[in-house]
Amino acid sequence: MFSLAAHPILRLAVSPQHMWRSIVLGSKSIWLHKLRSMLTALGVVFGVASVVAMLAIGEGASHEAQEQIRKLGSQNIILESVKPSDNQGPAQQTRSMVIEYGLTTRDIDQIRQTIPGVSVVVPSRIISEYLWNESLNVDASIVGALPIYPQMRNRRMLAGRFFSELEQNERLPVCVINQTTAARLFPLASPVGKSIRVRGFYYRVLGIIEDESQRSTGESSGGNNKSSNSNSLAQLIIPFYTLMDQYGDTFFRFRSGSFEAEKVEFHDAIVRVNDVNAVVTRADAIRHLLARNHPNEDYRVTVPIELLRQAERTKRIFSIVLGSIAAISLLVGGIGIMNIMLASVTERTREIGIRRALGARQTDIVLQFLIETVLLAGAGGVIGVILGLGIPIAISHFAGVTTVIKAWAPTLAFSISVITGIAFGIYPAMRAAKMNPVEALRHE
Amino acid sequence: MTQPIIELRDIRKSYQMGDTVSQVLQGVSLTIYPGEYVCIMGPSGCGKSTLLNVLGCLDQPSSGHYFLGGEDVACLNDDDLSKARCRNLGFIFQSYNLIQQLTVLENIEVPLYYKGVPEQESREIAIRLASQVGLSHRLHHRPTELSGGQQQRVAIARSLANDPLVILADEATGNLDSKSGQEILGIFDDLNKAGKTMVFVTHDERMVGRCTRVIRLKDGEVDRDERGAAADRYTGITGTSVRPHAADSSAPDHTAEGVAAALVHQPVLS
Repeated sequence: MFSLAAHPILRLAVSPQHMWRSIVLGSKSIWLHKLRSMLTALGVVFGVASVVAMLAIGEGASHEAQEQIRKLGSQNIILESVKPSDNQGPAQQTRSMVIEYGLTTRDIDQIRQTIPGVSVVVPSRIISEYLWNESLNVDASIVGALPIYPQMRNRRMLAGRFFSELEQNERLPVCVINQTTAARLFPLASPVGKSIRVRGFYYRVLGIIEDESQRSTGESSGGNNKSSNSNSLAQLIIPFYTLMDQYGDTFFRFRSGSFEAEKVEFHDAIVRVNDVNAVVTRADAIRHLLARNHPNEDYRVTVPIELLRQAERTKRIFSIVLGSIAAISLLVGGIGIMNIMLASVTERTREIGIRRALGARQTDIVLQFLIETVLLAGAGGVIGVILGLGIPIAISHFAGVTTVIKAWAPTLAFSISVITGIAFGIYPAMRAAKMNPVEALRHE
Repeated sequence: MTQPIIELRDIRKSYQMGDTVSQVLQGVSLTIYPGEYVCIMGPSGCGKSTLLNVLGCLDQPSSGHYFLGGEDVACLNDDDLSKARCRNLGFIFQSYNLIQQLTVLENIEVPLYYKGVPEQESREIAIRLASQVGLSHRLHHRPTELSGGQQQRVAIARSLANDPLVILADEATGNLDSKSGQEILGIFDDLNKAGKTMVFVTHDERMVGRCTRVIRLKDGEVDRDERGAAADRYTGITGTSVRPHAADSSAPDHTAEGVAAALVHQPVLS
């Protein structure tokens, strides 16, 4: 009978020297069966690797979402005009060959007047045109915007300046171009002060603005990646009124022989809400308002904060899925280790008997087998961490998903492997220790 | 009067086999003094092995007292029994019982490891013992690479490593051819001449000629307790054990006696 204090597990404390020798002996024993040890540790390897990879991908998604919110502005609500599909369009519009859709001045005014706590509404229009600089040209969107545009969109000026209130009101032919446009049209010289031609009309370049971060529109919340950055759209940003003067509120687009006309007042608008906590309720109010004005849903409301929520939800689901995979593989790995250790204990019954006869206490036997199990699991853990660090790098490289490896993640994963070793090693070790020395010695 | 090394008082051991209880030892009492070379003999099933297990602190008697070096070990718990084995007993088995994955040196070091002897010191002791049983050229071999006689020599070196009070041997020559057997028995003789207390369990009648005392068991009791042929060698009860050589010479002595003397006179470890 064992009293609690005399229980072998509870008295594992030994001198560091002795411990070190036990570890060396344990490693030798593992090394003796290289292939078996390797196969045994494989379960833990995969478990740990998936823990590391999961954490890196999860962190990456969350980092990505936060980055995106920062770009879009957490206080903003983004409204976009969406061209309704043909069969949904009202008959009268089809007859006149002009498709009229999207946000209108009426919407903007109503939002301004009826939604409380909304500070600015910045509408903009986007038109697709070719931009020319002498012989160079690029297919770009022309954005009609207000001077507050850079702040609202969280886009930095890289050179020069944005246009002013005065230039806006005077409807001057000035523009700001994004990085992509600058690189395409002015590959060698600085574009500031130069002119860009659009259909025989010249705009003077005031500055360069950074490329827009790829806006995620709901379905791909983890969306931003390097490959889409490299071919992001060329943009020419001009004062809103200048655009109105040039293009009116209807524009024509020629498409494969036929042509269609579209009448759009605003392509998008950004609503800034003063209180971050009220963004979601204001967004709901705006949705109701727009739903009344636009029965055919020719608009879309994007709320960055909701994107964040969604990203977090995605991250959580991701974590649960990968976490379960990791847990299952660690469980399977642990059971594999336990199985092999039980076999090993049986196989080494005689050795255990000899050691007991030569003076080993039960504690010594427990320690011996536990150390072997932990070393096995720990080695699996190290390999798993290395593998697990490789997976996110490969994912980033091939799938373009951002992954972030935090220093604590490999540490955590390795600790889990060691804990697995202890948890699944205790039973075989106890079984070895509890053997009757006489019977163990007699074992063939 | 010299303190006995082993004193058994009315040791009984019974096993539960299903519904029946089989009495294996039925009140064994015996006393063994330092320097004795005791042979425990008897037909199979007489309780020899059980007695040896009890003597070796591997098994607890059902009743009775067992004083080993003055300490009653019959009522110790598992841990203290392990310590008693570690300090006081050296085992030599019929099938050598070396640990297969360890080298000669490592095998000899096992008892020292559990005794807590520091690594370097234990390595030195193991090297000395290995060379004294004539295996200095095989230090890093594994048991499978050795002949039976060599393996038993390793076992002898191992049994001596912790400088035990008594060496228990179980049919130590049973697996050996007669030549190696004779060599091993020669080493035992010399160990005993050098003062080691030996308890040898066997059914080999030839052993009678070598030991100082023969204890014959029958049906779990001591049937006869008689002097062995070598009893005239034994002076233990009245005086100290015989030590034929002064072992202050560190030069290797290749005679069997020299080996044994050197083995016994190593510094006492603690």
